[in-house]
Amino acid sequence: MKKITIDPITRLEGHGKIAIFLNDEGDVANAYLQIPELRGFEKFCEGRRVEEMPNLTSRICGVCPEAHSMSSTKALDAVFHIEPSSAVKKIRELLYSAFHFADKTTHFYILAGADFVVGPEAPPAERNILGLIAKVGKEAGLSVIRHRLMGHKIIQIIGGRQVHATYGLPGGVSKPLTKEEIAEIQKMAKEMVKFGEFTLKLFNDIVLKNKAYVDLILSDTYTSETYYMGTVDKNNHVNFYDGKIRVVGPDGKEFVKYDPKDYQKHLAERVEPWTYLKFPYLKNVGWKGLVGGKNSGVYQATPLSRLNAADGMATLLAQEAYKTMYETLGGKPVHKTLATHWARIIELMYAAERTLELSEDPEIAETDVRPVPKEKPTKGVGEVEAPRGTLTHDYETDERGVVKKVNLIVGTTNNNAAISISVKKAAQGVIKKGKVSEGLLNKVEMAFRSYDPCMACATHTLPGQMPLEVKIYDSQMNPIKTLRR
Amino acid sequence: MGKLKLAFYWAASCGGCDIAVLEIGEHILKVAEIADIVFWPCAMDFKYSDVAKMPDKNIDVCFFNGGIRVSEHEHIAKLLRAKSKILIAFGSCACEGCIPGLANLKTKQEIFDRAYKETPTTENPKNIMPQLKTKVPEGELELPEFKDQLKTLAQTVDVDYFVPGCPPIGEQVWKMIQTLASGKLPPKGSFLGCGDKTVCDECPRKKDVKKIKKIYRNYEIVPDPEVCLLEQGIICMGPATRSGCDAQCIKAGMPCVGCYGPPPNVQDQGAKMLSALASIIDTEDEEAAKKILADVVDPAGTFYMFGVPNSILKGAKKK
Amino acid sequence: MFEPNIVGFTCNWCTYAGADLAGTSRIQYPPNIRMIRVMCTGRINPEFIIKAFEAGADGVLIGGCHIGDCHYLKGNYQTIKRYLLLKMLIEQFGINPKRLRLEFISASEGGRFATVVKEMVKDIQKLGPLNWNGHGGE
Repeated sequence: MKKITIDPITRLEGHGKIAIFLNDEGDVANAYLQIPELRGFEKFCEGRRVEEMPNLTSRICGVCPEAHSMSSTKALDAVFHIEPSSAVKKIRELLYSAFHFADKTTHFYILAGADFVVGPEAPPAERNILGLIAKVGKEAGLSVIRHRLMGHKIIQIIGGRQVHATYGLPGGVSKPLTKEEIAEIQKMAKEMVKFGEFTLKLFNDIVLKNKAYVDLILSDTYTSETYYMGTVDKNNHVNFYDGKIRVVGPDGKEFVKYDPKDYQKHLAERVEPWTYLKFPYLKNVGWKGLVGGKNSGVYQATPLSRLNAADGMATLLAQEAYKTMYETLGGKPVHKTLATHWARIIELMYAAERTLELSEDPEIAETDVRPVPKEKPTKGVGEVEAPRGTLTHDYETDERGVVKKVNLIVGTTNNNAAISISVKKAAQGVIKKGKVSEGLLNKVEMAFRSYDPCMACATHTLPGQMPLEVKIYDSQMNPIKTLRR
Repeated sequence: MGKLKLAFYWAASCGGCDIAVLEIGEHILKVAEIADIVFWPCAMDFKYSDVAKMPDKNIDVCFFNGGIRVSEHEHIAKLLRAKSKILIAFGSCACEGCIPGLANLKTKQEIFDRAYKETPTTENPKNIMPQLKTKVPEGELELPEFKDQLKTLAQTVDVDYFVPGCPPIGEQVWKMIQTLASGKLPPKGSFLGCGDKTVCDECPRKKDVKKIKKIYRNYEIVPDPEVCLLEQGIICMGPATRSGCDAQCIKAGMPCVGCYGPPPNVQDQGAKMLSALASIIDTEDEEAAKKILADVVDPAGTFYMFGVPNSILKGAKKK
Repeated sequence: MFEPNIVGFTCNWCTYAGADLAGTSRIQYPPNIRMIRVMCTGRINPEFIIKAFEAGADGVLIGGCHIGDCHYLKGNYQTIKRYLLLKMLIEQFGINPKRLRLEFISASEGGRFATVVKEMVKDIQKLGPLNWNGHGGE
């Protein structure tokens, strides 16, 4: 059989390649998503000081480092048997909401957005942030940069640095917030909420009002029915920081709801020899192969999954947007993979509103936020919703707090099987009778991109000159400079 | 003068160094004015075959982040070296191996066994392991080889400049870009985007005589935010770490962990810190010293968190 | 039986002089040790010891003045503390800490020096060659 390889897959975080096999008729017999690397965190963290695990695991991902350091910090709470105070939880969730906001802004505008906004088969020279700016306006580009950095600035205020923030201790955070810092955060949070509204409107104007894009979202090529997983609070609303893990079936009905520390009773991982990445699946349904449906243990853990698994959003504007999405797409659950982009910006709205809510909560001014654990460390599990899915850290230590065993189930890993199914389906849907083009291969890649927020990149120019004029305004909207090329 | 041609690549990396480029904020527009990016897998749709087709030295500057972990990384490092006029080891992984370099203290077999056999959620009764070549019904699939040790970029190809940090902070990335754009290039082998002292120089805390009678883990006490952490008994890598980061972690109440690598003219960061820490233990009695030092529960992970591959030993003894 | 390579960092005022005395007194000791004279053991950077193992040493001996007798007063106190931490470290890198030994031998203890070297050669022979990643050997 003829083999086409997309190598590497692009506009995402991490390495991957897709091998597509064509049969004699030129149709796709099979497509394999291979992840060609492994670093070994689950082994080389053995022997390390457990309090360094937030710093160590932060380096699993530089786009979502706070997901790992937060999940790790919660694991420290469990390992040291210390319950963080309400104030500590709120400070952590404040950092965490700002992080989700920044990450989703990055993904939608700078990475995957171009596929949607510029067009899936547009020339590669335009299929990126510059093409998106040409479509939506140059001010949007600067606005994206500025608002994204607000999320990172809040992370830096609480955690010292913008990438690989350091703040997490068992039961606490490393320092309290000052009045000035809180005021600065509040100011930015208000801007972030406005930006969330702007983003939802933009999606509506550019994507939802365009019939071709809506057809693409609703098409069978990008439809996949699996189980859906997400973390919910006690009202079954989406929560990124804490809650119970809820899984609903392809029919939308609750399949199971469990405490994160019981994850081993519900999840298992499968190994295939042609990829370094394992395939988690629902243990109690079983592994039936790379197929979807009620009888297969394959599940998704994405923004769309979280919205499918929850009963609503905890903040006002996000909840409105949630209702609109389900009304538009024909009710719950939604099986349209490309709708994940929509779900992601609804979560962006929630993250902004939650950041504002927490920044105005008087408890975050508490100064006693660094307790000293009294019990000896043993073992424990910490879990959060990473932007890309449910993230679980499980540590066991000796009585000196030296790590003995580590198990990690990472956000995107949850989706490995589901992504494989989507990629194969997309390949079979777009490549027929041996006709392969760059644009069609990109459409196969789009099946991957909606799952994974990935790497960020701001503006960059591309070969093939595109005339561009950028006006730079100061915070009072006075023009200060015009750049042209 | 035509626009500079830039390339970015990530080997065994977390992606943080690519994000670090974004942390220059609105300056990115100035970069867009003077440069075209011809290869950046995370953000642009060029493939490996596009790079292979380029003439040699086509790329003006290549920012290479990530360590060399699998054979594919090695292959692309050599390819990009051939196609680039200037190759920069960007970030801690490329410069000294960084946290994935801790894998050099374990063996490849141990890493595979843990990931694919031992973890409690893994169901693998047939002991399947990833293979370099796998036959599937439709044909054959290949994976690159996981090498015995993780290597730095300079241990793999000739490197022109080094930019340390995990990742380099935004202000430093912008300074480095300005240096490169100015055309006044520093001597080959220089470290860019960083200082030439240690983190202690940038740390705002009060420093006095360093003499400690007990070593504390950072959760065991609530340290005074105005006073040097090392003087309070918390191990801080500041004295053995290059400056340039503005002591951000210390300002957040956490000790330095050494991510900017060794100070100038030092190869083995861990040995330097070991010596420094030993020197400040306040006792002349061997038994008392043994007791105090017993609280250093993980010397390798503490002193070499970022620098195992670039240390003298490079990793644990191969079995 | 393999012949170990032992590197001896010995201080000028005490152990090195003690080794000299062994020589002039015609006290036999095995030729496996290569001596590196330093003015004081307190001047030994941990890198020297690590480098010795990396370059092919099967064992490393540090020889200094007795406690309280350091020519520079406090140098050997620092040596003790660094040595303790170094033993913990090299174990994590797969080097048996028994390969690193600290001894206090004065300028008049030529016999003692010879005894220590003989003992160390036997101990290292029991442990076998370190042969760090291909370096060293016979």
